[in-house]
Amino acid sequence: MLGLSKKDTTFLLVVIFLTLATPILLQPFPENSALAQFNAGYPDLMQRFAIFGIFAIGFNILFGLTGYLSFGHAAFLGVGSYSVVWMYKLLNYNVLPGLVLAIVMSGLFALFIGYISLRRSGIYFSILTLAFAQMSFNLAYSVLTPLTNGETGLQVYNNDPQVLMSEGSPTSPHFFGIVMNEATKVDVGGWQFTFSNGYYFCAIIAIIVFYLSLRIFRSPFGIMLRAIKTNQTRMNYTGLNPRPYTLAAFVISGMYAGLAGGLLAAMDPLAGAERMQWTASGEVVLMTILGGAGTLMGPVLGAGFIKYFENIFSKINDSILHSWFSALPDGLEDFVVFVFHPFIGKGWHLTLGLLFMLVVIFLPGGLIEGGNRIWNVISGKNRKKKRDEAAHHPKPTSHVN
Amino acid sequence: MSKFQINRRSLIKSGAAIGAGLALPTIFTSSARAYLNEPKGDTVTLGFNVPQTGPYADEGLDELRAQELAVQHLNGEGDGGMLNTFSSKALKGNGILGKKVQFVTGDTQTKSDAARASAKSMIEKDGAIMINGGSSSGVAVAVQGLCQEAGVIFMAGLTHSNDTTGKDKKANGFRHFFNAYMSGAALAPVLAKAYGTDRRAYHLTADYTWGWTQQESIATATEAMGWETVNNVLTPLASTDFSSYIAPVLNSGADVLILNHYGGNMVNSLTNAVQFGLRDKMVNGKQFEIIVPLYSELMAAGAGANVRGVYGSMNWNWQLQDEGSKAFVKSFGEKYGRPPSNSAHTCYVQTLLYADAVERAGTFDPCGVVEALEGFEFDGMGNGPTLYRADDHQCFKDVLVMKGADNPTNEYDTLEIVEVTPRAQVEYAPDHPMFAGGDLGKCNSGA
Repeated sequence: MLGLSKKDTTFLLVVIFLTLATPILLQPFPENSALAQFNAGYPDLMQRFAIFGIFAIGFNILFGLTGYLSFGHAAFLGVGSYSVVWMYKLLNYNVLPGLVLAIVMSGLFALFIGYISLRRSGIYFSILTLAFAQMSFNLAYSVLTPLTNGETGLQVYNNDPQVLMSEGSPTSPHFFGIVMNEATKVDVGGWQFTFSNGYYFCAIIAIIVFYLSLRIFRSPFGIMLRAIKTNQTRMNYTGLNPRPYTLAAFVISGMYAGLAGGLLAAMDPLAGAERMQWTASGEVVLMTILGGAGTLMGPVLGAGFIKYFENIFSKINDSILHSWFSALPDGLEDFVVFVFHPFIGKGWHLTLGLLFMLVVIFLPGGLIEGGNRIWNVISGKNRKKKRDEAAHHPKPTSHVN
Repeated sequence: MSKFQINRRSLIKSGAAIGAGLALPTIFTSSARAYLNEPKGDTVTLGFNVPQTGPYADEGLDELRAQELAVQHLNGEGDGGMLNTFSSKALKGNGILGKKVQFVTGDTQTKSDAARASAKSMIEKDGAIMINGGSSSGVAVAVQGLCQEAGVIFMAGLTHSNDTTGKDKKANGFRHFFNAYMSGAALAPVLAKAYGTDRRAYHLTADYTWGWTQQESIATATEAMGWETVNNVLTPLASTDFSSYIAPVLNSGADVLILNHYGGNMVNSLTNAVQFGLRDKMVNGKQFEIIVPLYSELMAAGAGANVRGVYGSMNWNWQLQDEGSKAFVKSFGEKYGRPPSNSAHTCYVQTLLYADAVERAGTFDPCGVVEALEGFEFDGMGNGPTLYRADDHQCFKDVLVMKGADNPTNEYDTLEIVEVTPRAQVEYAPDHPMFAGGDLGKCNSGA
């Protein structure tokens, strides 16, 4: 279906199912249980999962396929957000014009930055993109304040033109009347599930762009990009010029980032300059590596993982710990809380860092590799593989899972 | 490349799938309710959103301490602190409207985006009815906008930019902290008395919204008493070494340096300026002076001996001797073994003011709370008689002019109070040009 092999179609269907069922899957604990703290099924976080998933999928097209490590992708994220908020300010709260502009603007930006940066490869390329992103951040933070509203972030004010705004139109972001921040809460037993319009809007876009990236991975263009990663010199000797391919990949992934940035502003009508800071660029690199660079699903998992820690672990404080361990004797309770204290609340960076180290050391292929290993243990694939290797006929494994 | 084949069957199939996908969100409609996060059980949840990581983490930590203390006092635990001195007696120490107060915390990271994300999670996931805290104007403005859209009350923490209750004011947002205009209005007369009316000032300003509004406010106030502004140089926020900005000051003919910096920036620029020996120089026949318009205890501690004799302003200081301040310092000190900072004070007071407004309004409905807070006059919270002005949701109260202590005896009394500037002197019209352009809009209860 849709030009995919049977295996990929199944894969896509699984992804679609998981995405659409997220509000239920992320709410595994009943509302009043002590573990409800770990539920992640509220709109804002789910939207972030989808949006940063898109960001990471796009980044993976560049990094996973061509091996060019860009440290400046956050710049496109910011460009996307500013475009959308400007469309709110000038036209109205419909997200469509903004998202289109976000993709176009970030594509143009990527073309410009890519054209210059791609003259170098390896570490020099990374540094160039980092420099451009940092430049964009500083421009947005102070120099271009009339355009970006600087540190405060670009917001919509009551006296903005909003020429398409009429009496009855919604006063927050919407897609032809479907208001993003509206949601339905369904109570089933002790559970409460929130189905939010904004999340489903992001989710459907995420599925579409995931399909696109699947097609790119499987296309001759994708194979060309992989050839660049494998051995660029050899490609040059065969008479192929890799530059147009890398530039195309750079622009595509820039547009993905712009779309993600646009969606951020579509869910929450504000564009802050911090979105362009180098830490944000580094975050997407972490997401991709954590999940598994070069795999289709990995970056999305990585994005979810990091956002989960940022939003859930940072909110656990000492009094919550005390309530968990209140069954223990007093002295022991204080001791347990003392042990956990550095890893929660403001210490969420520490927890995330430790997990990142564990993944990089023990699962170089990222979370996806972990998943594969578990699957292999369950299905007994390892034993079969061993037999094959013994016969000196290793099966050609597909490069991308 | 595999061909993208379209036949009737797959067209129908994919068409149906896409249609179902698009239709899915429309079957959900928001359920009816009186207002967002209406507390249904016997508890009510407040959201404390403070920087726990990043450059203002220390201030955030102190704010959190104060907020926890406020919750204790609201629930009738501890000695009651300022509840005993507060002029409004609506709060009885049995929670708010009889509901026990709980709180959730979040990390703003001093970034607008992260602050909004954590505020959103408190509203959407934990059902917080109010958001309090923050330690930067950018974050305050961003979170205030979010609370307005979502339909909860925002009680701002430390935010000093004029914009928070000027250009960016919102009906659901309230600021107890003073602002840059008030700093200028309070400082100028003291400076004129100490350094004379014939001075030439050189400004170094952090290059973002707060820096600009403060620079504008101070320059206007000092020019009004006869000072001349020689130059204003914008410094990037990320600077750590200000030597290259200090050197030209000496050749400019200026005899006062005004540092519109905060936090680590201020510690570094002041240290650089002192190292360059600026304060030992004589220019135009006068002693060279340095001024830091916005002080905080934590900055003063960071700059150490360099703050000695340097003038600045503050919202509140623990050394104040009125009943409210004494009660607060006592219960804070007993719990944490240190005096509270000025940002801790503002967050504590904001929490109590919110609770009191709910109690007086008889409802948690944000629109009721807004009505109760607008034009509210109170006393006994450490700043003398105070008014929450209805036009812009800014508190009007006395402002402290501070000076770096010459002989500090411990790490907490590095600053001393020079003057308590009366409220009348720092008041301004709601449509003052520095605050113009904003619109409160209508209160939003999220219904």
